[in-house]
Parts: sequence; structure tokens; C-alpha cells
Amino acid sequence: MRIELVKRPQHSALFSALSPFIALFLTLIAGAILFSLLGKNPVSALYYYFVEPLTEIWSWHELLVKAAPLILIAVGLSVCFLSNNWNIGAEGQLIMGAIAGSILPVVFPDFQGWYVLPMMLLLGMAGGMAYATIPAFLKVRFNTNEILTSLMLVYVAQLFLDWIVRGPWRNPQGFNFPETVQFNSSAILPEIWSESGRAHWGFILAIVAALLVWFMLSRTLSGFEIKVLGRSARAGRFAGFSAGRLTFFAFAISGALAGLAGIAEVSGAVGQLRTTISPGYGFTAIIVAFLGRLNPLGIVAAGLVLALSYLGGEAAQVSLGISEKSARIFQGIILFFVLASDTLIYYRIRFVTRHSDAAAKGA
Amino acid sequence: MKKLLMALSMAASFAVAGAAHAEEKLKVGFIYIGPPGDFGWTYQHDQGRKEMEKALGDKVETTFLESVPEGADAERSIERLARAGNKLIFTTSFGYMDATIKVAQKFPNVKFEHATGYKTADNVAVYNSRFYEGRYVQGVIAAKMSKVGVAGYIGSFPIPEVVQGINSFMLGAQSVNPNFKVKVIWANAWFDPGKEADAAKALVDQGVDIITQHTDSTAPMQVAAERKIKAFGQASDMIKFGPETQLTAIVDNWGPYYIERAKAVIDGTWKTHNVFHGMHENLVVMAPYTNMPDDVKKLAEETQAKITSGELKPFTGPVKKQDGSEWLKAGETADDKTILGMNFYVAGVDDKLPQ
Repeated sequence: MRIELVKRPQHSALFSALSPFIALFLTLIAGAILFSLLGKNPVSALYYYFVEPLTEIWSWHELLVKAAPLILIAVGLSVCFLSNNWNIGAEGQLIMGAIAGSILPVVFPDFQGWYVLPMMLLLGMAGGMAYATIPAFLKVRFNTNEILTSLMLVYVAQLFLDWIVRGPWRNPQGFNFPETVQFNSSAILPEIWSESGRAHWGFILAIVAALLVWFMLSRTLSGFEIKVLGRSARAGRFAGFSAGRLTFFAFAISGALAGLAGIAEVSGAVGQLRTTISPGYGFTAIIVAFLGRLNPLGIVAAGLVLALSYLGGEAAQVSLGISEKSARIFQGIILFFVLASDTLIYYRIRFVTRHSDAAAKGA
Repeated sequence: MKKLLMALSMAASFAVAGAAHAEEKLKVGFIYIGPPGDFGWTYQHDQGRKEMEKALGDKVETTFLESVPEGADAERSIERLARAGNKLIFTTSFGYMDATIKVAQKFPNVKFEHATGYKTADNVAVYNSRFYEGRYVQGVIAAKMSKVGVAGYIGSFPIPEVVQGINSFMLGAQSVNPNFKVKVIWANAWFDPGKEADAAKALVDQGVDIITQHTDSTAPMQVAAERKIKAFGQASDMIKFGPETQLTAIVDNWGPYYIERAKAVIDGTWKTHNVFHGMHENLVVMAPYTNMPDDVKKLAEETQAKITSGELKPFTGPVKKQDGSEWLKAGETADDKTILGMNFYVAGVDDKLPQ
């Protein structure tokens, strides 16, 4: 016997709306079991996970800091995934964006003024975009698998960052530690409301990007083109759409947004380039994109939820003393139920026994 | 009315008693770069935390956050510990330096202790360890034990702390065998058992017969055990992972320092400082010398005693840099500033320092 997922001919609008709540309900139950097994009070564990991080202003700020790069990258990835281009290399595009954007404050620290920051953001986008066009080019020209090429370019970017921070861009006053100079004040992305916390303008950029991409996808011809070619390349060709051009377009947008996330993170949250600037935002954003059902507005919500689960995991570690691994397992449980519920809207499960298989063949 | 007054005064006295009780306990927080189960760097910090709990009993209450990435997350994690009422916070990796300083500015009443960095403030102290002293002893042992005269060294990141260790190991080995060589592989990670094991295998395949590591997992020790060569443990005593393999290990003995600093906060005598402790202060401890003949053991013990007493300083001339230029004249010793910023190899290291 085996299990198959069979596409439903029609999907229920009711369950599409209900699915997040069903997932939440199942998560709460599974979480309660998990925490009881760990010998912790499940109610207080769930409280620390989902509520405590929202009870203080500073952790709202932290929520936005954590969500900003996830949303920016995931919005870009949604364009890729909708058009059937599998960009797995956003982490590398983030790094290249961060490096390109850092050219001004690191190499020309005396170049200061209000115009520095916008130039840095543009350079960051250009860096990420340029890096993303490599797998796009390889796919269009040589028909390579973009999943592999974009993923492998992540490691290239990480090693390039490592080299540049350790070598040419190392802070001469930094005791030879692998860090660049601290950015000067005109190269720092300002905080939104600095009296109460450190959330920076990266989050605003993420919201603007989500709105723009949402508008493009739902209201313009390019958006239509993306969806048609994504669902059926053949149908798209009949309509006169070019799959190759679209591949470049999708990779360019997602690369630019990942690059913007990179420079915003470095200039807003870290303040200098160092060997590690991202705890894997480019990969986590893939989850965020699907959690948001590849809809830019859904992605904003999904990014905030995932950020909350990180903060909640830490709060639970500090307040209840559960281990980081248990916190991560719980995060996994959330994602599992949400994605499973969403999948079951579009697919149903069919148990295929040998008997029914044979019957199907006979027919 | 009387009853109400009584109830109120009782409630008030309970509240005061509660506050006083809360004040008695010093809350101490720790930020770890890896999991306490790495049996290396973080494990040893966690042992230090437990020793502190044991020594100070109900005077302290400790919390830790594990596997905290260096970067934007570090600042949030440190701030969370400060907001949770911790009055003394240890941040135990170099990469937490700027985050520690930033959070410290926001919480002037909280004391911070940052391991292996260089930035201090009124409420930020720095503590560092002369691990390289232990490396010198290891080098001496390696030169005595190796048949091929080449040791393999698994590095994490080419920062001064790690480069000190490689050079000190090299000089210790050359004090026995002037032609000794060291091969280096960089894992580019502090804790990555897979990469560390690969590096160990690659070194063995290149013909080394002794391995030492500056990474945090026990994987290299286990590879050495499989391949039947000898190895040195790192950060903690890894003898369990190589009973017939481990020669000795550098054990980071953080406990006494943690106890001393927590006591200082309780007594109100805590002051910022930048300390660089080693064998003399019992921060660098050597695990028992095992799997070696008695004469090697004796030499190792003598070397350790000399370093502990200050008679022997590992970085003492004549020493040439890798490029052949002179670094230290005969009898000259390196100052701490040079040691803390070390970014070159001494002669004999068979690797190009990434930079």
C-alpha cells in the first residue's frame, strides 16, 4: 500500500480561510503534549511562546528587526516561485547585496551626506540582482538546474564575504579580527522610533516592497505573465510570453530584494560587515514565502509569525529553561501543521492498495 | 477596619519580604555560541556556570541562551537576559563584542563580562585566556611522539587567538625537533562536527600522525581514534572519546573566575578590567598526560611547571616569522599587545595564513 496526494478538482474557499486556524489549533495541542512531556506547564510555555514577546514595546521592535529581512526576501522569492523558477540562493544574493552596499562606508568612509544611504541601498539591490542573474543566465542559456546553481552560489558568496572581511576590508584598528570598520553615521539605516527600541527602516522597506509586488502580481500584465508561465509554460508560449525573459525578470527581482535585505540588515542592525551577517535568512525566507501562500500580503503576516516563533523560543528558554533544541522542534511543529493544512486544501490523500492499483490498470 | 489594616500591613510586610528575598539572589545570565553538549568550548563554560551554582548555592540563579548566532540576534539575546533581571551577564564568544557593548550602554546597572574580546566599558569587563601556553606543551609532546615529524592542526577562524595557538604549538615542537612541521586546515566554523571530521581525515590522508584542533567538537578526536593516531583534546578533557588516542587536552577552567566575579557583584566590589589569564592563574589546565612513555610525560610536566612559574614564556626569541624575517631577537619576549593581535605565522608552519 502506498499513499498518494491527489489534486482536488476544486478547493474549498471556506477551508482556505479556516486552514490557518485549524493549524493553530493543532499546533497548540501538539505543543501542549510536547511541553508536558518535557515536564513544563504547557499553558505557561505557550504563553511565553506567543504572548510574552508581545507584552513589551522593545520586543515588538525586535520582532520587526527579525521579520524585515524575512519579508523582503520572501516577497522576491514569491515572484520566482510563482513563475516556476526555483531560486534557493537568496542567502548568497543577500550577502552580495550587503557587500556591494558596504563599498561606500568601508572603502570611502569620508564620503558622507544624506545621499550616501540611498546610494548604498541601490548598490545593495544591484549587487543582489547581478548575483541572481548568474543562475538565471545558466538556466536560460544552458538549461542548467537553477536549484543547484543558485544554491551552490551561496557558498561562493559566503566564502567571498569571509575573504573580503578577513583581507582587503579588514579594520586596521581591529586587532586583526575579521571585521570591517564601523559604518559612519550617514551610512546607518535610521531607527524608526529610537526612544523605545532598535527597529529600523528595513521593515518599512519590506512593507513597501510587499505592496509593490502585490500590485504587480495582481494588477498588471507582468503579474499575469508570471502566473501563466508558472502554471503552464506551453500555454504561456501560445500567448506570446517569453519564458527566458521571465526567468531573468524573476531572478532579478528576487535578487534585488534579497540584496536590499542584506544591506538593510548590515546598515540597520549590525553596523559593519563581518564574517557572519545572516543566520540563514535566505533559507528561512523560503519557508516564509510558502507560509504566506506566495502572496506578498500573506508573506508580511507569515514573516511576523515566524519572527515571533524565534522570539518566543528565546523567551521560553529564559523563562522556563527549555533547551534551544526543544524550542526549535516546536517551531518545526508550527510550520508542519500550517503547511500540511494548506496542502490538504489543494490535495486529498488517497491510499493506494495493490488491489485498487491493479483495478486502475485493468480499466 | 482593624482587620483591614492588619491585612494591609501583612500584605505590605510580605511584599517587602518578597523584595528582600529577590534582592538576595544574584541572577547571572550566559550567552553561548554552541550547545552545552558540544563537549568542548560551550560545555566548559557551562561547567563553569554549574560550578558557580554549586559554590554560591542559593545566592545565585543562572540562566543561559544556547546556540546564539553572532550578528543581529546576539544583541536581542543579551538584551533579553538583561531585561529578565540578570545583573551579571557573561557573553562567551568573540563575535558578541559589539552587541555586548551596545546593550551595556542601555543597562548601566548590569555588569557584563565578554570573553576573548578587547572592548571594555565601565560595566563591561573582558576576560581572556592564554590557551597558547597549553599549546606549547602540546607541541613539545607532539615532537616527541610523532614518527613522521608532521602534525595536523584544525583551525576554526584565522583570528589572533587561534594563530597564537598554532605558533605556540610550532615553537614548542621546534624546541624538541627544529625540523618539525605543522599542516593547517581551516574549518571556518567553531562547531561543525562534519567539517571538523572531514578536516581530520584530510590531514591523516596527508600523512600526519598527530592531530590537534582549535574547534569545539569531539569529531577530530574520534577520527584520530578510528585511524589509530594520537590527538589532543580541546577546551575540555575528551578522553572519553579517545581513551587510547588522547595525549592530553587543554581544559578551560572558567569556574573559579565565574565564582570570583559573581562574588564581586554580590559584595559590591565588581570593577571592570581586561584580564589575560593562563596556567599561572589556573585558567588553563592540562588534562592528565596519557598514552605516552614516561620520559615524554616527564618532559611535558616540566614544561608545564616552567610555564606556570613564569620561567618559560612560549613566545621568546630567537623566533623567525614564516617569511624568514626576524620577529624576536634572542631572549626577547613578545608583549601582550603583539600576542593579542597576532596575524602571522612563525617559520615551520606549512600553510599560508588566510588574510
